[in-house]
Amino acid sequence: MDLALTILLDGLIYASWLFIVALGLTLVFGVLKILNIAHGSLYAIGAYAAASFVAFFASLGLAPEWSLVAMLLAAVAVAVVVGPLLERGLLRLFYGRDEVLLVLVTYALFLILEDVTKLIWGVNPYYVSEPYTLFGDVEFGSLFYVGYDLMMIVLAVVCGLGVWFGLNRTVTGKIVLAVIHNEEVSASMGVNVNRVYVAAFTVGVFLAALGGAFTAPMISVQPGLSVGVIILSFAVVIIGGLGSIEGAAIGAVVVGLARAAAVHLMPDAELFSIYIVMAAVLIFRPEGLFQRVSARKI
Amino acid sequence: MTSRPFLPAALAASATVAALLAAGLLMPRWLLFLGTIAASYGIVTLGIVLLMRSGVVSFGQGLVYAAGGYVAGLAYNRLGVTDAVLLILVGGTAAALAGAVVGPLLARYRGIFFSMLTLALSMVLYGALVKSPAIGGSDGFNVGRPTMLGWTPPDAYADYAIYALAMVVTGIVAFLATVYFRSARGLVSLAIRDNDLRVEYLGASVQAAIAVNFTLAAALGGIGGALTVMALGHIDPNFAYWTTSGEFVFVAILSGHHGVVAVFIASVLLELVRSFSSLYFPHMWQFSLGLFLLLVILFLPRGIGSLWSKRAATAGRSRAPAVRSTRGEAVP
Repeated sequence: MDLALTILLDGLIYASWLFIVALGLTLVFGVLKILNIAHGSLYAIGAYAAASFVAFFASLGLAPEWSLVAMLLAAVAVAVVVGPLLERGLLRLFYGRDEVLLVLVTYALFLILEDVTKLIWGVNPYYVSEPYTLFGDVEFGSLFYVGYDLMMIVLAVVCGLGVWFGLNRTVTGKIVLAVIHNEEVSASMGVNVNRVYVAAFTVGVFLAALGGAFTAPMISVQPGLSVGVIILSFAVVIIGGLGSIEGAAIGAVVVGLARAAAVHLMPDAELFSIYIVMAAVLIFRPEGLFQRVSARKI
Repeated sequence: MTSRPFLPAALAASATVAALLAAGLLMPRWLLFLGTIAASYGIVTLGIVLLMRSGVVSFGQGLVYAAGGYVAGLAYNRLGVTDAVLLILVGGTAAALAGAVVGPLLARYRGIFFSMLTLALSMVLYGALVKSPAIGGSDGFNVGRPTMLGWTPPDAYADYAIYALAMVVTGIVAFLATVYFRSARGLVSLAIRDNDLRVEYLGASVQAAIAVNFTLAAALGGIGGALTVMALGHIDPNFAYWTTSGEFVFVAILSGHHGVVAVFIASVLLELVRSFSSLYFPHMWQFSLGLFLLLVILFLPRGIGSLWSKRAATAGRSRAPAVRSTRGEAVP
């Protein structure tokens, strides 16, 4: 019983940071039609920025609670600086190309950002331990969980609902959906498609950086961070069906639970449990769980 | 069709290989090694190009590359097969078998899903290799120096011997690929790239074509893997890692899908960029590589093959600008 609960909670905690990152990935794919490999680098940059911001806030002598604000500000800063820069400065040049070629563009960007990150923050690990103890411990029967880990689940739910409401219940969101559906008609109706692209990409960067920033206290921030997360979030969005928020949520939970189950039941299978789940889903649902059916042109 | 039309290609391939063999005698060791690795990479990339011609890009060619390399390495260490030619055949066959198993499954997918599923499969192999202490786990294992058809090359000629073998294999593979590209199946593959549904309506099986192409590409991947293992004397799970596959796709994009020669030129270019940027900018070589790739995609989107392939250039002009459907697929 305890084992089942452990797997469930571990899985959900793992799923929540994964979902925040994958949400940004799926949003960017939905709007810009780019499967962004560099999303993992943006996650890493968010984590590094959080490490810097938290250290800076601590040096000002602020209370530990402020480190949460610092992490949020770090994500906002990364999004505001990097988002428009990459979209206007680089991705814009490649719109309309083959989708696999676009994957390669973001692969190149990933390589570049890897070295830029090392150049700015060096290769030594950073530790952001201050915020981790802020929420104390929570007791579940005979199990104890760190409150911060459970807070990640809340954050993931907030992010998911936020993006969903933003898209489906606001005028701006409906404009974005119109662009996703048909950018040419939207443009002819007077929508500034370029601005939608910049905004969507910036929100995507924000979510990646937010995932990185709030994960920073749980890990040591060091090179190699981006590679692990990008493959995982790919698995999540592919399982869910590219471009679907509900899909990303289900995908994250499936991946999280599969990994937690593997860790506790078959530790050796941890690394590839995720890919086996992904392959299994794709065998039965070739376009993922939530991909809409669409007509093909001959 | 008789074999006559391929006589010029065969002559050109033999002449090029002969010239490269002669040039190799004058090359310093580092260049011999670079040439060998570039040839192995080129052979693996040829497999991706073969798939690209049918409109799918494998982001997991590390799967068959590692399969070929590991099987060849294990054949050397465990079975005592030391002959280089045999090892290449063993590696190529093993990878082709792996390709024949997963090929029919992958053939149901197109576009990004094909790429991501191949990536997932190669990462499954990576995970399995890392967790297999019997074959070295994450450290991999060393492989000794191979013999050549019963001859043991003396130390001074060991690098040249493996280089020479790589060049001969490259020549043979390049010639066979040219024949295949011009065969009925090869041309159907190009039609699939343009519009797979139309090909299906015309009565050809798209899935069968892609499955066969994947198996052939796998054989090439295995040959390249076996060659690399013999040149490096070492193999580890990174052969199956997705960034390794990314480099193969990188070379494929660099070369374009129009011909065979471009693949090997692109492969040499990658090795040169990699070697020189790690020599001159040791902390920024990924940066240089990424920048190089971006510039190529921006200014030579159809690869360096399009520089001299007139047909490719005009075909590109007639199809551009690509229109995207609402789901991001290119609409012809």
